[in-house]
Amino acid sequence: MHNTKKAVATGVVLLSAVALAGCTSGDSGSTDAAACTPADGPVTLEFTSWIPGIEDVVATWNEANPDIQVEVQTGPNGNSGTYQNFFSQLEAGNAPDLGQIEYDALASFRVQDGLTDLSACDDVVAAESEFIPWTWSQVTLGSDGIYAIPQDSGPMALFYRSDLFEQNGIAVPTTWDEYKTAAEEIRALGGYITNFSTADINQFAGLVWQAGGEWFGNDGDEWTVDLASGESETVAAYWQDLIDNDLVSTYPAWTEEWNNAYNSSEVWTWESAVWGANSISSGAPDTAGLWSVASSPQWEAGQNAAGNWGGSSTAVFKGSEHPYEAAKFALWLNTSEEALTALNESANIYPATTAGLDLPVLKEGVDFYGGQAIYDVFAAAAAEVNPDFLWGPTMTQTYADVSDGFQKAVTGQGTLEDALKSAQSSTIDTLEAQSIPVSE
Amino acid sequence: MSFLTRTKGATADDLVTGKGPKEGILSRGAALLIMCVFTLYFLVPIWWLFIASTKDRGQLLTTPSLWFADFNLFNNIKDLLDYNDGIYVRWLGNSLLYAGVGAVLATILASMCGYALAKYSFRGRELLFNVVLGGVLVPATALALPLFLLFSQVNLTNTIWAVLLPSIVSPFGVYLSRIYAASSVPDELIEAARLDGAGEVRTFFTVSIRLMVPALVTVFLFQFVTIWNNFFLPLIMLRSQELFPVTYGLYTWNTQLNQIPELRTYVLVGSLLSIIPLIIAFLLLQRFWRGGLGAGSVK
Repeated sequence: MHNTKKAVATGVVLLSAVALAGCTSGDSGSTDAAACTPADGPVTLEFTSWIPGIEDVVATWNEANPDIQVEVQTGPNGNSGTYQNFFSQLEAGNAPDLGQIEYDALASFRVQDGLTDLSACDDVVAAESEFIPWTWSQVTLGSDGIYAIPQDSGPMALFYRSDLFEQNGIAVPTTWDEYKTAAEEIRALGGYITNFSTADINQFAGLVWQAGGEWFGNDGDEWTVDLASGESETVAAYWQDLIDNDLVSTYPAWTEEWNNAYNSSEVWTWESAVWGANSISSGAPDTAGLWSVASSPQWEAGQNAAGNWGGSSTAVFKGSEHPYEAAKFALWLNTSEEALTALNESANIYPATTAGLDLPVLKEGVDFYGGQAIYDVFAAAAAEVNPDFLWGPTMTQTYADVSDGFQKAVTGQGTLEDALKSAQSSTIDTLEAQSIPVSE
Repeated sequence: MSFLTRTKGATADDLVTGKGPKEGILSRGAALLIMCVFTLYFLVPIWWLFIASTKDRGQLLTTPSLWFADFNLFNNIKDLLDYNDGIYVRWLGNSLLYAGVGAVLATILASMCGYALAKYSFRGRELLFNVVLGGVLVPATALALPLFLLFSQVNLTNTIWAVLLPSIVSPFGVYLSRIYAASSVPDELIEAARLDGAGEVRTFFTVSIRLMVPALVTVFLFQFVTIWNNFFLPLIMLRSQELFPVTYGLYTWNTQLNQIPELRTYVLVGSLLSIIPLIIAFLLLQRFWRGGLGAGSVK
């Protein structure tokens, strides 16, 4: 009984401590220095990232830089919770110094004034030439500022079952027209050329990106939204046609069914990003050695355009007291060969620097792909990505709207174009509702 | 949450086999059939989880999902416990700490509060009780964000306290304790204790609390399961993976499957191991718990 009494007492004390503490909170927030100057003494930075194995990479830095120690914090994938946490932390004034943010989410953080502009840091400005041009434009967001350091990129190419194409005498498509012809031949054999995913709008966006479309624009003040016209329309009509003719399967992506469709050789190709190499090898283990990678099919024969799917950056949050040190660490993390090699080994991160594409690990043949040096294909694609494609500040809502419409389209209600049109108007509504200026 | 319902399904099934008034063989059979169907319905996911945990990664997709392939369970467990310096064990320990300590404190606080509401009459008693009861209606998820902002101000986010402190509040426990104390602790007994010279606190801890044991066990179990399955609060509060409870840790892994495919096996095996403490808690305390639910229903 003695223990229970003690426990009760502790509980009461704790409760009142919280109640009291709640009342006595002071202003602990700080006014951040606009300049990018080194701190006087040793600095400890907080860094939130969900990359598996990031602790080991940071440990390497900590060993070499006793004055700039970095503490790693972690959490789920960005959209699965960490972004929401960033926003709560910014709201509460205790955001970490640095955080991992995917390109398509950067604009939301920028619009909410959550990021530190690093253009005052000379090292950062000087680093521009080291990065693949389109990744750099992702972090400047069409303005003069620099809101993050690019980390990785997701250039797209065509994964295909070389054995099946060869056995059945079908040529590997180099244009989207040929792709459709191949789709018909494959359908006649009982398979599907690919799976059209309704939930992951990023793939579709990558295809629009490749076609030269631009969904968002920003002239520094106003946003333009162009989801439904021009190239987007072309791409949507193309895939709608394949869906209407039952030439593609429509399994929800990343599910067991989807894995199984690839593993059982039902689906033959996947237009995907560089990290997709891992998704196939883990999802379809029975097909080891039978896959190859080729450049994306083009809209016009002889063109060289690639799309991009995914990629993230390292941003310095508003309120960080040490932007200089934070930028220094972020540059090391994303440009130094030792960090890039470690990131690639622990989590298949594909670098955003031009030098990074020549890492020795990215020159080797991959057994799952019959020994092909597949990263050469992606390195070529990385140079062919249109640098002008921007993401808007309300992507979560846009993705959800497009995805809803796409799901209807594959079940025969409405079309992909309808989905884009309705997402166009609801995106403009959302922007206006958040007082973000839109030019029509 | 799903586990709670599942376990309830299992106990409901047990109750059928208990002795009761005689009934027609037909209705008995029908009831049994329905119970069996539901038991099956609740148990199949656990069976699937168990089967999946015994397979290696390649076989997960390629072999029938409800039957064994090569038996790799122990290897898988070993890999899981080794991965990332055994972080999983740490998570399991954290969950036990949060759920164990949190549920004990919650039970004590709730029983004291419920007892006071039942046995002392004071001005505003009903109002207080109704406010507490209103707390049952507020979902924990809705409170997580305000709690985060509150805890941020006192620099308690990303600490054990951020998860533990909110867990020791159980409005439902207060409700249950009040009802139970009213029906099972006779006023005469308290009166007698007072005559013998015991103070109110002593009376509570030596006399009343013993009579309330079934209710306390129920409150403890409910709170234990709630904290164990709590996901949103840790998601909002915690940043350092050394502090994660097992649910949140597994979720984090699950979102990283694309980058590290072997995590798929770890998530499955990890989920399987993580339900074992709950099963143990239920088996150990079920006896009291059932008594607690039944008592007071017949007068």
